[in-house]
Amino acid sequence: MGRLILEHTLQGHKGRIWGVAWHPKGNSFASCGEDKAIRIWSLSGNTWTTKTILSDGHKRTIREVRWSPCGEYLASASFDATTAIWSKHECTATLEGHENEVKSVSWSRSGGLLATCSRDKSVWIWEVAGDDEFECAAVLNAHSQDVKRVVWHPTKEILASASYDNTIKMYAESALDSDWDCTATLSSHTSTVWSIDFDADGERLVSCSDDATLKIWRAYHPGNEAGIATPDKTTVWKCVCTLSGLHTRAIYDVSWCKLTGLIASACGDDAIRIFKESSDSKRDAPSFELLTSEESAHEQDVNAVEWNPVNVGQLISCSDDGTIKIWKLQE
Amino acid sequence: MLSYIKRKLSESDSGNSSSNSNPTPAAELVRKTSQMSLDNGAIVYGEDALLHELGYRSATDLQETIYDLLRTIRDPEKPCTLEDLNVIYEDGIFVMQPTRSNVSVVRIEFNPTVPHCSLATLIGLCIRVKVERGLPHNIKLDIYIKKGAHQTEEEINKQINDKERIAAAMENPNLRELVENCIKDEE
Repeated sequence: MGRLILEHTLQGHKGRIWGVAWHPKGNSFASCGEDKAIRIWSLSGNTWTTKTILSDGHKRTIREVRWSPCGEYLASASFDATTAIWSKHECTATLEGHENEVKSVSWSRSGGLLATCSRDKSVWIWEVAGDDEFECAAVLNAHSQDVKRVVWHPTKEILASASYDNTIKMYAESALDSDWDCTATLSSHTSTVWSIDFDADGERLVSCSDDATLKIWRAYHPGNEAGIATPDKTTVWKCVCTLSGLHTRAIYDVSWCKLTGLIASACGDDAIRIFKESSDSKRDAPSFELLTSEESAHEQDVNAVEWNPVNVGQLISCSDDGTIKIWKLQE
Repeated sequence: MLSYIKRKLSESDSGNSSSNSNPTPAAELVRKTSQMSLDNGAIVYGEDALLHELGYRSATDLQETIYDLLRTIRDPEKPCTLEDLNVIYEDGIFVMQPTRSNVSVVRIEFNPTVPHCSLATLIGLCIRVKVERGLPHNIKLDIYIKKGAHQTEEEINKQINDKERIAAAMENPNLRELVENCIKDEE
């Protein structure tokens, strides 16, 4: 059994906090919410304090913030239909094009591509064309509903998106015509897929849903040992594990730790739960056990959770209760 | 108005003997679960303890408090309240088992006047905003259209329970004004 130790409870935002994101160095993080501001926090001595407040970039709720892999840039997705790019505390670019709320933003591993998604059902891929220059490389209309989340593969230029249409989709650039295409549709959830995250090598994906389950998906490449058919020589993603009966309401976020392999979930029942792969887990039918469940992690819905990319076992969460919490897992 | 008086009367009747008279499904659920917790020999943890802590005598008390908040919501089109139109009714409010974090869970069912009612989404939004603002404590709300009462029931249920869409809708000035007009208290 493990235990989550609460290290810090941070206040500053007014109202609901939607997103938190660790800086790639793991020594600072950004947060955003309904107060339309981005706060950048860092540790001074033993306390986390707001170092900078980035306001007047957005006219409505800021749903998500993400750092570029180099840590120089911050992207913010807002209900005002725009995505803003920040560098050294200045807004250096505003990406327009979505018809309504932008729900999520993600930088590719190289930092050369940016993806955004919206309630307008589309996923956009932007090429970073130079300093503060972004060019739209593709508009993908594969989903039939609101797209909730976009996440790039940790090593390849493969994009995953999660939607209100209950599916997850994968996209890759075609070698033939260099067009971006939807290469896989992952169906199994019975309601909105709120969030997704890849494992360290990107061979597996975890998804969380309004149906109160977590699902683990595995990539089966052409010629795979398991003998899974791969039509058109395209990688197939199969759901290999479903974790149900533990979460009692919608699960809003999930984070797969690249350092430890642990999975953390943020739930509408106010809990944060940590899952560990069992020692006898099988490749094609893995099993996960609940390591710990912090039932009253927050006073209201937990909206986001993320493992620190450097500091092993450190976890950050934010909630409708207007607080950010920093936790340490004790195994 | 008559139903309101009736309700007040039944409230004073059942003041002392809680769930004996006319148990609603919710009260029944509470009775069963509190029995369960007694059977387990555990400390009284759950519905009753939580409701008392929040200042309610019983699940019926919470149910009635919510009903009082909802009955005065005005219909977006007609000069009537949702109570007048029977869109909202006391039996449509269910106090469910609280979360493990000990937060009340309430399910509200409403009955649109016609099965193609184009304002069902707006009504769902009004119900949520009115209850969340009106109660002095946290609550988990699930809002549903009465089964079979709307052509696109599932679609609407999904939409009115998606917190992200609700938040975005309330940032839309036109939609927000519509909601505020429906839920503002009569002078």
